[in-house]
Amino acid sequence: MSTIQRDMSLTGQPPASINLTQKLGTALGVAALLVLLIAVFNVNFPNKTLWLSLSLGGLFAGILIFSYGAYADKQEGIKNDGVWFKSISSRGFLAWVAGLGLTGFYILLYFRADLLGLNADGANTGLIALFDPLSNVLSGGPASQWFVYGTLYTIAILAFGIKFMWKYRHNRYERLRTISVMFFQTAFAFLIPELMARLNSDEFSLPYYDLKNIWPLNYYNFEQYRVDDFISAGDIGLALLIFGIASIFIITPILTYKYGKRWYCSWVCGCGGLAETAGDPFRHLSDKSESAWKIERWVVHSVLVFVVVMTTAVVATYLGDNPDKYWLTKDVFLISVAVFLTLLFGAIWLFKKEELKQDARYGAIGYLVIVLALIGIHYASGNTLFLIPAETLRTSYGFLIGSIFSGVIGTGFYPIFGNRVWCRFGCPMAAILGLQQRLFSKFRITTNGGQCISCGNCSSYCEMGIDVRAYAQKGENIVRASCVGCGICSAVCPRGVLKLENAATDNRINSREVLLGNDVNLMDYLNQK
Amino acid sequence: MEHIVIVGNGIAGVTAARHLRKNSDHKITIISAESDYFFSRTALMYVYMGHMRWKDLKPYEDKFWSKNRIELINAYVEKVETTNQSLILVDGTSINYDKLILATGSVPAKYGWEGQDLNGVQGLVSKQDLEQLEKTAPNNEICPKAVIVGGGLIGVEMAEMLHTRKIEVTVLVREHAFWSGVLPDGEAKMISRHILSHGIDLRHQEELDKILDDGKGNVRAILTKKGEEIPCNLVGITTGVKPKIDFLENSNIETDKGILVNRLLETNVKNVYAIGDCAQQREAIGLRKPVEAVWYTGRMMGETVAQTICGTPFEYKPGNWFNSAKFFDIEYQTYGWVFSNKNKKEYEEHFHWKHVNDKTCITVAYNKENHTFLGINTFGIRMKHEVFDRWLNEQRDIDYVIDNLRIANFDPEFYKHYERDIKKAYAARA
Repeated sequence: MSTIQRDMSLTGQPPASINLTQKLGTALGVAALLVLLIAVFNVNFPNKTLWLSLSLGGLFAGILIFSYGAYADKQEGIKNDGVWFKSISSRGFLAWVAGLGLTGFYILLYFRADLLGLNADGANTGLIALFDPLSNVLSGGPASQWFVYGTLYTIAILAFGIKFMWKYRHNRYERLRTISVMFFQTAFAFLIPELMARLNSDEFSLPYYDLKNIWPLNYYNFEQYRVDDFISAGDIGLALLIFGIASIFIITPILTYKYGKRWYCSWVCGCGGLAETAGDPFRHLSDKSESAWKIERWVVHSVLVFVVVMTTAVVATYLGDNPDKYWLTKDVFLISVAVFLTLLFGAIWLFKKEELKQDARYGAIGYLVIVLALIGIHYASGNTLFLIPAETLRTSYGFLIGSIFSGVIGTGFYPIFGNRVWCRFGCPMAAILGLQQRLFSKFRITTNGGQCISCGNCSSYCEMGIDVRAYAQKGENIVRASCVGCGICSAVCPRGVLKLENAATDNRINSREVLLGNDVNLMDYLNQK
Repeated sequence: MEHIVIVGNGIAGVTAARHLRKNSDHKITIISAESDYFFSRTALMYVYMGHMRWKDLKPYEDKFWSKNRIELINAYVEKVETTNQSLILVDGTSINYDKLILATGSVPAKYGWEGQDLNGVQGLVSKQDLEQLEKTAPNNEICPKAVIVGGGLIGVEMAEMLHTRKIEVTVLVREHAFWSGVLPDGEAKMISRHILSHGIDLRHQEELDKILDDGKGNVRAILTKKGEEIPCNLVGITTGVKPKIDFLENSNIETDKGILVNRLLETNVKNVYAIGDCAQQREAIGLRKPVEAVWYTGRMMGETVAQTICGTPFEYKPGNWFNSAKFFDIEYQTYGWVFSNKNKKEYEEHFHWKHVNDKTCITVAYNKENHTFLGINTFGIRMKHEVFDRWLNEQRDIDYVIDNLRIANFDPEFYKHYERDIKKAYAARA
């Protein structure tokens, strides 16, 4: 009984304290973090392998022990008791400490890796040196700040993934989905790229490539140095380059058509993986207001336009002007991009215009005009690319979106804004998949006749800030661009109203005046009106 | 343009207002003394348990009401004067109406127990009940022990709520198993076991005799009819609810248990309608009770009365019975009529299947003469409302229903399916 939190005079003093097992887990985890923190201050541990193992093992074990304390003696079922009472999950003191701590870590990571011990010219020191033994085992080289980050990231997804599966052990959809993100993080994001680095030699060099990290999330995938690497690495490199292009133009549209964007965002993606595991305790913090939804639509689609323009500009810079040397010249490329975007826009306008809201129509037209104008200006004037040099575009995108948005705000602020801020407001990949999901997909969340009681659990626990209840209480399917298909709305529904489904696209977007259960004549009368 | 006044901002009144606005340009006013804005009563428990905040209970943002020109007044209506079509508020102001919709809901039913008005005795129906509960039972130091009287849906909710604050809970149930006046025995007993497994002291065939005070007007203990004294700081009264109609005592509006209405939801007084929990059908509809305190019937009456007032008279004709609830971790859904052992119709036969996990079961009711499917209760399995509604209308027989259960399944993807087990058990039944 430590804290009193009054929410509109309606909450008293709930038991928010943790039990002994949880305290032990916390102690172990904090001790393990302390080892890492000491390393940051350049303490040179005598036996790095031992201390690194102790620290990482301690972190992992600490999280598991904490979860055991939290869920072992409880029956299968929803575990949201006291979520809004606990300091860490209700934007209390602990939440701010955690948020600021994470934010600080991200700032060091992105902008001052030297303070973490990165040394480009000689041996690493500090925290990064502590990770050298592990890096040596995997890739054969010393660690970088990204290796440290990748290791901690993977441990977080694995340990908190186990916690999440424990929490939702009655729900097979949640368990399978979590096993999937744990696998993709460990294998694709962490191990395979490190092991691939072992294949590199003086003659043969593949870029660091997390295969599941698709452009535009992986905004740098088509930059000159990477494309050069791909091409110079022979057949394997070429295959990877083609895979990278096919991922966005062929593979993702097919999978998204069949399953919705969830196949990526909550089954494969690393950002989604962290959000669903370590970020799970913060999912209810997302803003559900209509104004937040409006901001979301403008911001996320602007980021998408930004990344398209930036990538087009960057690719155009390294293409040649002479069609005799290589068919894909700067001009051919730019005209192709313009034609592709125009055709895509035209197709959506032709077939799906009715499904676009007023502001979506304005936005789509506005952005198309801007992109075409930029390409036109370039084509007419010749050398100034998109008014701004491509390199400036690339670095500002990397800084603003790649670092600040996805890392510092997106993850650092989990305990304040919720766990999917990046995915909802910033991720251009989510924006593309979202457009597909909204317009060309079999996926929807269906509602169960007249059973909804408007309790609002679904909306509360939607990490994407979708007001699920607004649809459920009207008996309307939920077909929203932002839905990542985490399935939690369905899980927390006390009346069995929501179900994630892939089914025929006819009548996927429906709206009813009167719900099932009322007079048949009245339902007919109103629904036909 | 008429002035339509709605008393009560629960689901019934608010649904009526929304549909009135969709179909007309009338001036609409909603009066409520409970809360400034519509909230979901069914979710009160989640605020106490810390799953949601009070503001999360509001299905519409506050700006919704002014945007839709629905005026909200926070006031208590003391009297209805039908002769001059006006309402008198508690502060003496009067409001004129052209049409009046009474949607005042329910209050907990108390049965004249000694001590029932002591501090610490309460139901769980209104926002004020929740506020009171936060005062009486904020934690297990101020309130180490609670007794809940009555084993219905609110009873189990209250037990679950108090349990999350580690308050010891005793539940007194008159029947031999939980809610066995409604559920068939196989289910009622399973729910009893589940409640007990959560550490709730559930006592069957126990009734409240009186509530004892501590000399300062607070609850000290209760006495059961068997003579046992159980010390407690809170007594939860969950023996059902009754229509909130006391303010109509001296009006011309005819009441019985609730406000009497015909199928058009009109009262005996012209231009006065009653909907939701407070309304009582002059004649019961089908096997439904004349007063139904259910979320969705309130909503449906609101949908219906709005059409009638907007010039397209519709009788209130609820379709097949359905409902749902949750008992701690076990979800319950029902479609059609499955009566308890006590209330079973003479033509009604049950097929009951229960999984060994003791948390999943179904009961299918059918007509023993012609094998027509009458209804289904499911626990731990979600079913599609639409499919059962159709099967009930088509009067399918039970064999068809058992054979096609898979179509009706609404569980999340990858969930274990039980249809094969159920079919086997059905084929093997005596």
